[in-house]
Amino acid sequence: MTAYRYDYEVITQWIEPGEKVLDLGCGDGDLLRHLMQVRQVQGYGVENDPDKLLASVKNGVNVIQMDLEKGLVGLEDGFFDHVIMSLSLQAMHNTQGILHEMLRVGREAVVSFPNFGYWRHRQSILNGRMPVSESLPHQWFNTPNVRFFTIADFDALCEMNGIAVRERLAFDEGKLMLDEPNFLASVAVYRLGRNG
Amino acid sequence: MTKMIPPQSVGVVAPQRAEFTEPLALRSGGTLDNYHLVFETYGTLNAERSNAVLVCHALSGSHHVAGTYADAPHNVGWWDNLIGPGKPLDTRKFFVIGVNNLGGCYGSSGPNQINPATGRLWGADFPFVTVEDWVESQARLADQLGIQRFAAVVGGSLGGMQAMSWALQFPERVGHVAVIAAAPKLTAQNIAFNEVARQAILTDPEFHGGHYYAHGVVPARGLKLARMVGHITYLSDDSMAEKFGRSLRHGRNTYSYDVEFEIESYLRYQGDKFAGYFDANTYLLTTKALDYFDPAFEYGGNLPAALARASADFLVVSFTTDWRFSPERSREIVYALLHNKRNVSYAEIDCPAGHDSFLLDETRYHALLSAWFDRIEV
Repeated sequence: MTAYRYDYEVITQWIEPGEKVLDLGCGDGDLLRHLMQVRQVQGYGVENDPDKLLASVKNGVNVIQMDLEKGLVGLEDGFFDHVIMSLSLQAMHNTQGILHEMLRVGREAVVSFPNFGYWRHRQSILNGRMPVSESLPHQWFNTPNVRFFTIADFDALCEMNGIAVRERLAFDEGKLMLDEPNFLASVAVYRLGRNG
Repeated sequence: MTKMIPPQSVGVVAPQRAEFTEPLALRSGGTLDNYHLVFETYGTLNAERSNAVLVCHALSGSHHVAGTYADAPHNVGWWDNLIGPGKPLDTRKFFVIGVNNLGGCYGSSGPNQINPATGRLWGADFPFVTVEDWVESQARLADQLGIQRFAAVVGGSLGGMQAMSWALQFPERVGHVAVIAAAPKLTAQNIAFNEVARQAILTDPEFHGGHYYAHGVVPARGLKLARMVGHITYLSDDSMAEKFGRSLRHGRNTYSYDVEFEIESYLRYQGDKFAGYFDANTYLLTTKALDYFDPAFEYGGNLPAALARASADFLVVSFTTDWRFSPERSREIVYALLHNKRNVSYAEIDCPAGHDSFLLDETRYHALLSAWFDRIEV
């Protein structure tokens, strides 16, 4: 098992027992494994990295090789109860496309991402250097991240795309931040649905 | 001189033969009143009889899946790189079975065997057999061996189709299924290639309506052409370019129909070799079995409906450069299983060798199979 990630706790609370769950960018399958154990979900991971795919198979979870940049072609509308993307959205080019796809195949989407507007990140920029932190562990020259956005940016994107923010929790290194999350939180976890 | 058997080999093996006297009703309408199957086994069946794995063969394969023969040490099984002690399909854990399919030419009842009813070779009179018929006959072999349930059924290409059909015909008798480089049905293009191969055989003057044995000849030219066409489709454009490119045998054009380009030499060699050991009638029957396979047909083409019967845990594997059984076809199987809430994992292996990739010991591919077989509890 890799280090326990605190967004898992939040995500788990939003999943009902026995749900059909799709985990995009499932890595070594730890979240799915956890959800299978505590929520008895029928879960499927999606990975395109062969090493992570292998790790998921070793972990005993269902994993499907797919390039998320091409969407979720082949999956039926509304099949899943929840489609999860944990700390991967910032590493995708087709941001709007994948959000649309998640809400096409899932009743709800769960998305977590590092907040580039976190005060330590802002401070780092003010000091003239790109931020490196627990939530942004890479250097600018080797980061897998390709989209750099804040909680406020994401809220605006949801608004623009008619995506309903049903719940949002923001954390500072594991501690829930209720006030000024865009300034004080390093990671945000969203529960999203379709408007109307 | 002592022949060294490499480590991780199942070593010297010997085929066995099973007789069946209960008539087998075939999908084509015919019946085989009695028949026999030739098979090999590797490893040991455990006391609970829960560790058996059936390996299904493809178009030109046989029951000789792993190991070598005492009298033919260079005759290594066709999937020997997968099966053995310490290999992905580990014979220290599993009891592995390879069967020559009905209609085959390696010893099981087929065109080149004696028809018990006439005392003569079956030839073209051997009935059409389908993937479903093969699975039925394999289940009867399992009965004879005292295997109620397979831990896994695995296969590549046409073998993958049999593995899939196992999950549909005997859902309670198979725990895991690996479908590798296969498809839920052939495309029109795929059937077209098979038809060219068949026409090459059927129009060979020495085919004699399939009763060439009686004439003491074989339709070698037709079989050679069939294999040449097939071989082109098993390789990728890139692998052919890398292996042969436009290399010239004589370093220049000779303006003749003899071998000039190295690819011509390769194809002719492969075709001649194949025509020397394979049976034309078996080739015809087997390509038809490929063409007929379409479990969704009786469900109006609805593959998810067809796969609803399956309960096994699936592994589906495709190869990026396989254009004969492309990754898209494998994904159809994956999504159909997923939409039935079945356990399924899917990997698309980046390998340049085309359809033939499934027979190679590509590192990621075998690591994946190892991990998957490790998961299977026996």
